[in-house]
Order: sequence, then C-alpha cells, then structure tokens
Amino acid sequence: MTIEKQVDPSRRGLLIATCAAGGVAGLATAGALVSTFQPSERAKAAGAPVEADISDLKPGNMKVFEWRGKPVWVLKRTPEMMASLNKTEDKVADPKSEKTYQMPMPEYCKNQHRSRKEHEENLVVVGICSHLGCSPGQKFQPGAQPSLPDDWQGGFLCPCHGSTFDLAARVYKNKPAPDNLDVPPHMYLSDTKILIGKDEKGEA
Amino acid sequence: MAFVEKKLPANAPIAAKALNWVDARFPLTKLWNDQWGQYYAPKNFNFWYIFGSLAALVLVIQIVTGIFLVMHYKPDANLAFASVEYIMRDVPMGWLVRYMHSTGASAFFIIVYLHMTRGLLYGSYRKPRELIWLFGVGIFLCLMGEAFFGYLLPWGQMSYWGAQVIVNLFGAIPFIGPDLSLWIRGDYVVSDATLNRFFSFHVIAIPLVLLGLVAAHLIALHEVGSSNPDGIEVKENLGPDGHPLDSIPSHPYYTVHDIFGVSVFLLVFSAIIFFTPEMGGYFLEYNNFIPADSLKTPPHIAPVWYFTPFYSILRATTSQFVYALAVGVIAYVGLVVTKSRLSGFFKLVAVIIGAAILVGFIAFEAKFFGVVLMGLSVVILAGLPWLDHSPVKSIRYRPDWHKYVYIVFGIAFLVLGYLGVKPPGVWGSAHLGGIELDIAQTISQICTFIYLGFFLLMPWWSAMGTPKTVPTRVTFHPH
Repeated sequence: MTIEKQVDPSRRGLLIATCAAGGVAGLATAGALVSTFQPSERAKAAGAPVEADISDLKPGNMKVFEWRGKPVWVLKRTPEMMASLNKTEDKVADPKSEKTYQMPMPEYCKNQHRSRKEHEENLVVVGICSHLGCSPGQKFQPGAQPSLPDDWQGGFLCPCHGSTFDLAARVYKNKPAPDNLDVPPHMYLSDTKILIGKDEKGEA
Repeated sequence: MAFVEKKLPANAPIAAKALNWVDARFPLTKLWNDQWGQYYAPKNFNFWYIFGSLAALVLVIQIVTGIFLVMHYKPDANLAFASVEYIMRDVPMGWLVRYMHSTGASAFFIIVYLHMTRGLLYGSYRKPRELIWLFGVGIFLCLMGEAFFGYLLPWGQMSYWGAQVIVNLFGAIPFIGPDLSLWIRGDYVVSDATLNRFFSFHVIAIPLVLLGLVAAHLIALHEVGSSNPDGIEVKENLGPDGHPLDSIPSHPYYTVHDIFGVSVFLLVFSAIIFFTPEMGGYFLEYNNFIPADSLKTPPHIAPVWYFTPFYSILRATTSQFVYALAVGVIAYVGLVVTKSRLSGFFKLVAVIIGAAILVGFIAFEAKFFGVVLMGLSVVILAGLPWLDHSPVKSIRYRPDWHKYVYIVFGIAFLVLGYLGVKPPGVWGSAHLGGIELDIAQTISQICTFIYLGFFLLMPWWSAMGTPKTVPTRVTFHPH
C-alpha cells in the first residue's frame, strides 16, 4: 500500500465518534418532534366528569351527553325493552360483559341489563362502537327492517360496518365490533341527575 | 480541468447565447433532452399510454389550486367548516378553485387506477421496470394519504367520522394500537389538534414526498425506457443512429399526442366541474355539507369511492370469515411447500409464518385482521414484479384464458368498490341450511378471496398455459 492511501486510525476514530455524536443529536431531535404528536396538557386536562339531567327523559327515549368529547347515552328502557334482553342473551357475543373495550367495566353494572341496581331501567353507555369508533344509531323498533335481521329485538346499529347491539349495548355475535359498548363510571346524585365519569370509587 | 464554455459565433441570437451560458453552468438542455426532447418512446403506444401525462397534469392542477385554497382556508375546528363555505360563497371565483381541487382528487384516482390497469395489462412492471413500479406504488400510497388527510379539512360530518374510523384502524393493532391512535389524533377524540396536524400533512409533508417519488418514477422510466402494448424491449433493435428502430422522440410526436389527450380530458373535467361537481354525492358526499358533530355519526357513512374496494375488504372480515381465512392460509402454505421451487429454508419459513398467522387468528380479534387484509390488499401491488412468472409481458400474447382471469379480478374489484359505498346488508339476507347469510357481506368475502388469490396464486397461474409467439418488432400500422 502506498503512503497516500494509508488510513490515519486516530482520525478515522475521531470521524466515527463525530458521526456517532451527531447521530445521537439527530435521534434526540427526532424524538422531540415525535413527542409533539402526543396529547397536549390542555387536551389531558379536559376530562372532568359531567352532570346529566334526565328529569325530562321519558321511557323508551334516549338523551346524549358529551363527556371527554364522546357521546354518552342515557336510555330509559321500557319493561318490554328490558324483557328483550332475555331473548338476545344467547345471540350476543359477551352476555356477561367479561371483555372490556376502552375502560374497565364497573362492577355495579356487571349484570344482564348492564345498569346500576337503583335505576335498572337506565342504560348509561359511551356511544362509541368498539370496532372503529363510530357512534351507532338508534334502532329501537323491533321487527324486520333494512340492514337488520328479521327477528330484530330493538337495539343499536352502527352505520359504518353494520355491527349491531341489543338494548343493553351488548354486541351481537359475528359482527365486526368485538366488544360491548363501554359503561362509564357513573353514579346517581338524585333520581334525575347522573354524574358521568365519577362514582363512589372516584374519577375515571 | 479548466472551465470551458462553448464559443458561439458573435452574431448568434441572444437567446442562443443565454442558453449556452446556462448550459455551461447547469445541464438544462441535457435535462430536457434526456427527460423528454430526445427521449425515444415506442411508436405503438395506444390510448392507455395517455394516463401518465394526465396524472402529471392533475398533480399540477391540485398543487396550484391547493396553494390558492390555503390562502382562504382556516385549519381550526371552530372555523374550518365556515371558511370552506366562505370560499364557496364569498371569495370571488373561490367556488371554481375549490371544485377544481375536489374534482381533481377524484380525477386523480380515476387516472391513476387506469394507469395501473395499463401496467397490469401490458406487464409494464416486469424486469427491468421493477423500480418504476415500486415508486408508482409509493405514489399511490401518498395519494391515498393526501386524499385521507385532505378529506378531514372541510370539517364536515363525513370528514370527522371518516377520520375517526381510519385513525381507529391503527387502534386494532395488538398491544400498541390504542396508544398509537391516541398519538396520531393528539387527543382522545378527533379534534382541533387532529385537524391541524392533518392540515400540515396535507399541504406540506405528503406533497414533498409525492413530488420526490414522481421525480424518481420519471427518472427511472427515462433511464430504462418505456414499455409498450406488445411488451417488447425496443432497445433490442437499434438503428444506425443508436436509437431504437421502433421508437420516436417524445418531442414533437408525443407532445402533440399528449396535448390531444389533455384536451379531451379537460373537456370532461370541465363538464364535471361546471355541471355536476358533487357527482351525485360520489365526489363530494352529501353528509359533508353538515358541520362535524362529535356526538352523532351520520346514518350512513362510507368513504369516498376511490377507497371503497379496500374498505369493503375491511368490512368483510368478520369473526366467522377468519375461519375461511384460516383454511386459505393452510391451503396456501400447503401449495408453497408442495408446488414451489423455493428452497427448503424458505419453505420452512413459509410454514412458520403460516403457523404464526393461525395462532394470531385465535389470539387476536377479527377487526385486527380486517385492518391487516385491507393494508395487504394495497401493498400486495408492490409484489407484482416478483409474483408474475409469465414468459411474456403483454396480455396480447398470454394464453386466452388469462384474459378471463383478469376480467374476473376486475369484476371482483369493481363489486368490492360498489358494495363499499352501500350500507351494510344492501342485498338482503338468504337462509342457507339454517344459517342466515348477509348476501352482500358473503359476496364481498368471496371477492376478497378472488382479489387476494389473484395476486397470491399468480406465481402459479401466470406460468400456466402456452403463450403465443411474441413478434420481434412492435405491431404498428401507420395511419
């Protein structure tokens, strides 16, 4: 090898060290840019519980409240609606609500009607489909109708991918949505006032 | 080497002198000649070969109209919807610029789908044009990104819920999914933060990548040369001047040819913009004229038409369909092991991957596999150069029954696209041996199998049958 082509090992070492240091700085910068994508402090702070006034809610009707930017449904079920849950028991994928979607299932709602004992008829769920996050529509009328099976018992239909839910917001078997709709932690402040996002155990 | 500038006669025109001055410092004339002026293209191009130029034209339309839209649009969840309406009603000629942009998006996809069909029919992706094809697939992915990010900007109901669904697709990925979709949204729901970052992606990040890929696509094309409807390498028959005998310089021949194509395209494009810019709800969906409402999904939501074939595949993947997929995976691994020329090592890899997928079917939810299949149905296009084992490139010289394979594939793609714009269960249900079947869902599941089978089985079916004799020179009848 000629003298010109000999590598100066100390300079080569310095070059490698410089590249490594530059690489670390580059990665750190990329890390900073990537973190700007996370929810901001303001977004994180906007999660307080909300009070839902259901004094004007008639049986068979539903009201929608906004909690953490998501729709929370309060459905006051009629006795017929409650009875339909027995008929859908073996058609839904998870009748006992053993799986959860985005938040743990409150213990006090782990029953067939998926509601608190003191107001069994009131279903309180986050109206966000466990498939891809659309908000299912109301299909309370039983019987055959477009996009629904002939023995429909009343419930909810997600317009996006056709997942169906019964009147306890339990998902039917063999639908794109894997899980029942979430029941948020909630408690009754009075017979007509529900606090969504907080229960006896504290805030969600 | 010293700097040498070509000497022009003292009485040369000033323009020639100026060009000479530039050429000595920047390869302007060389670039023009390499990329177009002296770029020799086969003389037997038919109408299928217009769509590349048209795609470039629509790209320019989108960029120019986009620049002017950004001057009036406000990327703010409280102002966005109103600012689009402001462009439509109050900005002079704003409606025209906006309709050019929104119609341009659909036109872009029509042109690109036809451009890809051309590639499929004439084997344009075959060696040595694999990289052109891969850059093209990259462009297609960028276009899908542009379309998706751009669709959120008007902040209508479809914008909002479309973004909600697509971002939640990432949430289906096991383990990291929920955090990933949170990170993409930048909030717990699609919100102002999401709108702002999508705006940034739509107007700067993706367009930069897109332009880079378009440049790479063209440089690669002009390096290896265009293919043609006969799938013959024209460079194998060179004339005395060193150019292929069957080729003509792009300028002026294809310049004139393309200007004619552009005129026809602009006639149709203008007719749509002026007479039916919403295209009956297919180019601009009616629900998007309602401001975004985070509490209420519209009764029927569907993506814009160009996404629907892939969306149908997503929707077809139910928990029962996973059983059919499992049978498909087992059969495919069996086929790879018994009927392929791969080495024992790769066969073992295929068996391991197949087993892993089967375990995945049990461990993960069907919705994850819906997302996987949808992604696969797009990126599988990138595999074409290596999946196609036919001895001839062009459909003209394939065995006749290959044409039927392409037709069945095309029909499956169109049916998937049609079903994707329709609500679930559009064709009612049928009772089959006590099981209730949603007809539309079952058909989209069959079409999903056809779509994926077309590509995955291509190494076998494309090599079957006897191809016709390929001529040595292109088929060309002077008019």
